[in-house]
Amino acid sequence: MDFLLSQREELLRKSVREFAESELPPKIETMEKTGEFPIELLESMAKLGITGIIAPPEYGGVGLGYLARTIALEELGRVCAAIPMGMQVHHMAIAALNDFGTDEQKQKYIPPLAKGDTMGVVAVTEPSGGSDVLGMQATAELKGDKWILNGRKCFITNSHTSDFWIVIAKTAEGAKGLSAFIVEKDHPGAKTGRVEHKIGLRGANTGELVFDNCEIPKENILGQEGGGLAVALKTVSESGRTGMAATALGIVNACLEEAARFASERVLYGKPISSLQAISFYLAEIYTELDICRLLCYRASWMKDQNMRCDTENAMAKSYTCDAAVRCARKAVEIHGAYGILQEYKVQRLLRDAMVTVSAGGTGEIGKVVLARAALAPYRKKK
Amino acid sequence: MKRMIVCVKPVPDPNAWDRLQMDPVSKTLIREGIPSVINPLDKHAVEAALEMKDLFGAEVILLSMAPFDAQPVLREVLGMGADRAFLLSDKAFAGSDTLATARILAQGIRNIGEFDLIFCGNFTLDGSTAQVPSQVAEFLDIPNVMHVCDMSILKTESLLLTQKIEQGTVKLEAEPPLLLSFTKEANKPRYISFMEILAAEKRKINIWDNAILNIDETLIGLKGSPTQMADLLLQPKQRKGIRLTGNPEEIARKLADKIHQLGII
Repeated sequence: MDFLLSQREELLRKSVREFAESELPPKIETMEKTGEFPIELLESMAKLGITGIIAPPEYGGVGLGYLARTIALEELGRVCAAIPMGMQVHHMAIAALNDFGTDEQKQKYIPPLAKGDTMGVVAVTEPSGGSDVLGMQATAELKGDKWILNGRKCFITNSHTSDFWIVIAKTAEGAKGLSAFIVEKDHPGAKTGRVEHKIGLRGANTGELVFDNCEIPKENILGQEGGGLAVALKTVSESGRTGMAATALGIVNACLEEAARFASERVLYGKPISSLQAISFYLAEIYTELDICRLLCYRASWMKDQNMRCDTENAMAKSYTCDAAVRCARKAVEIHGAYGILQEYKVQRLLRDAMVTVSAGGTGEIGKVVLARAALAPYRKKK
Repeated sequence: MKRMIVCVKPVPDPNAWDRLQMDPVSKTLIREGIPSVINPLDKHAVEAALEMKDLFGAEVILLSMAPFDAQPVLREVLGMGADRAFLLSDKAFAGSDTLATARILAQGIRNIGEFDLIFCGNFTLDGSTAQVPSQVAEFLDIPNVMHVCDMSILKTESLLLTQKIEQGTVKLEAEPPLLLSFTKEANKPRYISFMEILAAEKRKINIWDNAILNIDETLIGLKGSPTQMADLLLQPKQRKGIRLTGNPEEIARKLADKIHQLGII
């Protein structure tokens, strides 16, 4: 067993860290105020290879795989978690197109995503809920050579920063009644709705998509008619959850750094508070959480790169890491005392950001449903 | 402009400087266990060379005199977009002072062959002597411009250089072959892209020892280094406390005078 990263992966981490530490901090204040994704960063992230990291080279990507992606997202998240939030959903769109698209669709839609000309979206969630995929109400009906799409999608990351969206809608009843479509924002009847103002990950754009008799060319169906559930589940479970986990991993990393730095500098009773056992135990716990989260995230991503089934491992990485991010951020805030709730200090942002990761990309509870199913599988009685 | 050679040096990572120790006998830094990074100013030299590559398609070659294990650092710089790297590594080179180091680098450059420009960082973080670039130029018998903070190319393929001096700048026009050493104001080094990381894995790091360079061993290493280190002390970091006495008004006046004296206000 080898726990060491390769020289390539170490260099990639270094490269993203340098980029994140230099380019992201000047953007954060505006992101926090406006709730807007710094779209101007796409060009430099594309130059670095972040936007197209999992896209195949033949479609303008780098083709580096999921472990590399996790490391890149972690490093971005260490500085500002809203950026990898936007990026990981962007990658989901690339994954969906690459896994289910025709060659024409891949040729047309992956290169602009890989090059950062636009951001990617996979729109599943509706006002009625996200986890209950089969309960969705958006419908698509084939009329002549066009699909007519009606419905609303909400809590959609990158909704307003993308030129096209991958949208799941009902084409019939039941599990085989969902289909996926590539909808361009210029298609008649497609529009963006309200923008959400979240407590955390504020710089990641989240909003609503509205389809009112939206006309989509017949060939813009992604995958088979009735294959939409597979598009949604595979993309969310193999790409979305690992991306969300990597974002939260970056937060945990930042929690440790902020907490350890403050505890070493803040003097009480004539010595740094890190020498107080209560504080040092908090630090020990965050330190351990970081290692657990990192191992879970890296394993899940590595398995995906080996073409192994990894939905359970991704669910574990996602539900554990996002919860851990909240626990660690709370401890980091507490270590800061009253300073922890001041906006000048990064830890308050870490706590707000961590809270958002818990319900995004499949709630922690849904993740645990997947895990419980795996834990009980050996004991399930055959009917 | 066909070929640029950039001299680069791995130095102890500034983030690990608090762990750096001095050997009390040899008066040298104990580098074991301290990660190396590329000397920060060297990145500006690499960027300047890569800009020439972007403009003219010039080949960019890295040259470094360092221990054998410096290869990952060179690989990193190759990831910025350099084409090839030469690592000059031999036990005979150990203990070289700036003169002996420059002699070795110059011989490395001669072995590489023709070049148009040689780029260096203005100084390295560990030694900070800023002597090597000029010494290399001297050995190669070419002009050297230090403290270059801006560079542009004129139509005639000569260079328009801005040199930073103590109180202002000097504009110079110069023609290759030339050795230039750069300050951090010269440019913003590019980030290492993932595409270049993959490409750099295929690029070769050539390792040359003294059997290849064939330099008289009395002129390199400790033997060839006229610099004798008399002593080296760690500068203790301490705030100088001054106690002002008197009533509050007097103290405030003395404090204001002090601040004024220091030129802060």
